[in-house]
Amino acid sequence: MDMIRFEHVTKTFGGGKRVLDDVSYSIRKGEIFTIVGPSGTGKSVSLKHMIRLMTPTSGRVWVGDDCASEASGRDLSRIRSRFGYLFQSAALLAWMDVEDNVALPLREKTSLSEAEISKKVAAALEAVGLAGEGRALPADLSGGMQKRAGLARAIVTEPEIVLYDEPTSGLDPVTSRRIDALIAELSSRLGITSVVVTHDLHSALSISTRIALLGGGKVLSIDTPGEFVRSQLPQAKAFLEAQYITKRGAWEAGAR
Amino acid sequence: MTISREPDPRPEPRGLLQRLGRAALSSLALAGFEASVCARAIVSMRTVFGRRQRPETIRQLHACAVKSVPVVSVVAFFIGMILALQVGIELRTYNQEGLTGSAVMASMLREMGPFMAGLVLAASVGAAMAAQIGTMSVNEEIAALEIMDIDPIRFLVAPRLAAMVVAVPALSFYTCALGVLGGAVVSHTQLAVPWETYFRNAMDFASQKALWVGLFKAFLFAFIIVTVSCCEGFRTTHGALGVGRATRRSVVLNFLLILIIGYFVTRFFY
Repeated sequence: MDMIRFEHVTKTFGGGKRVLDDVSYSIRKGEIFTIVGPSGTGKSVSLKHMIRLMTPTSGRVWVGDDCASEASGRDLSRIRSRFGYLFQSAALLAWMDVEDNVALPLREKTSLSEAEISKKVAAALEAVGLAGEGRALPADLSGGMQKRAGLARAIVTEPEIVLYDEPTSGLDPVTSRRIDALIAELSSRLGITSVVVTHDLHSALSISTRIALLGGGKVLSIDTPGEFVRSQLPQAKAFLEAQYITKRGAWEAGAR
Repeated sequence: MTISREPDPRPEPRGLLQRLGRAALSSLALAGFEASVCARAIVSMRTVFGRRQRPETIRQLHACAVKSVPVVSVVAFFIGMILALQVGIELRTYNQEGLTGSAVMASMLREMGPFMAGLVLAASVGAAMAAQIGTMSVNEEIAALEIMDIDPIRFLVAPRLAAMVVAVPALSFYTCALGVLGGAVVSHTQLAVPWETYFRNAMDFASQKALWVGLFKAFLFAFIIVTVSCCEGFRTTHGALGVGRATRRSVVLNFLLILIIGYFVTRFFY
């Protein structure tokens, strides 16, 4: 079953630059779908279309049976309630501590009691390994901890789909692998559909169900990790070689 | 209400005429955006003292009103002193320095009180609002709120508007009172006007109409400062450079609007 579907989506920016050019693909329920590609090829723009922070110049974006690109008002609220979003910068509110940040969507959008909210927040923080850090302000946390707090906020409402924008950028390798493990665990344990935008091929190969390679505004390929490392596409080869991934090593990583 | 973060798809304008046309259209679009944000914030104000938003509203009230008292005090006292000195010296030429209190009261109550409170708050609190919301925009915190289906206008603008609607008129009245006091000190020490004469003449000119017009102006300035500052914050792009630009634009626009609208309000009532 398709969870998200792009139908001939084109996005044009100032000066006529086509960031997405007649892009069509679909993301299945429960899979970890990773989008890779050089900078400026529309990876984050694709994510923003899924949750309608941007609208296509032409074409449509579907979330289940709802046309997200044309939704407004309550329909848009209902569509957005199905999503969690981990921003590249974590996007935590600076004046609130971690607990209040994570509790925010529950306090604002549900009628749960404070006791129930506290329970859910504690569970979310536990899931991302931040139990005991609830009273810290975002500025007092490291980059990796901020990302994990952002992830706790993204999953606390138990969304069907979580969008990850560069979840491992700027993090050390150990923290990066920890974030990867969290994404994989959330997907398998809760059945969440995950869409990950990343430059980190190690991460993409180790957690993805399928990998989409974007280039020049087009989807160049959609492969399993194994197919991706064997790809004969020059862009895929260049991407692999740039990150020193040999076919054998990457295959092993992708097969995990 | 959704804050648009769509880049402008139109090509760069060429030639003077195109640039002027683009600038006019952009100004109209900005005015429309500001009007819709202001209207939405007014509608959302009914929630600001609710259980969820009360702490934020109180925090904003503290930031807008209490923290502004020291700078407003210094400005108000010195404005009153300057006014008294300027007017008093002229009046002394005609042996009428006893009327200094009247002149200081009239101008403080009707004009200088709301203007000074408005300008000081625009430069301090308004600039801080633009910078904070601008930083939130570039850090994608505004987008995060929207994705959580939390209206940024209700969540961020309404508590600030509620705080400013209280703070600007209150500080305007305070500015006026302290200005008159500053004028009294100068009148007594430099112009040898007895305290009693100064305050009696001042109170004779403290008309109710002047008080209400002054407070009405201050009330309008509160809406201007919050709307302009928050909208400039929401429109911020391009990182730290953009935050700096937004802050500068908000201060300049606030100053211009406060002066222009203040003039027309005075003209309408007098």
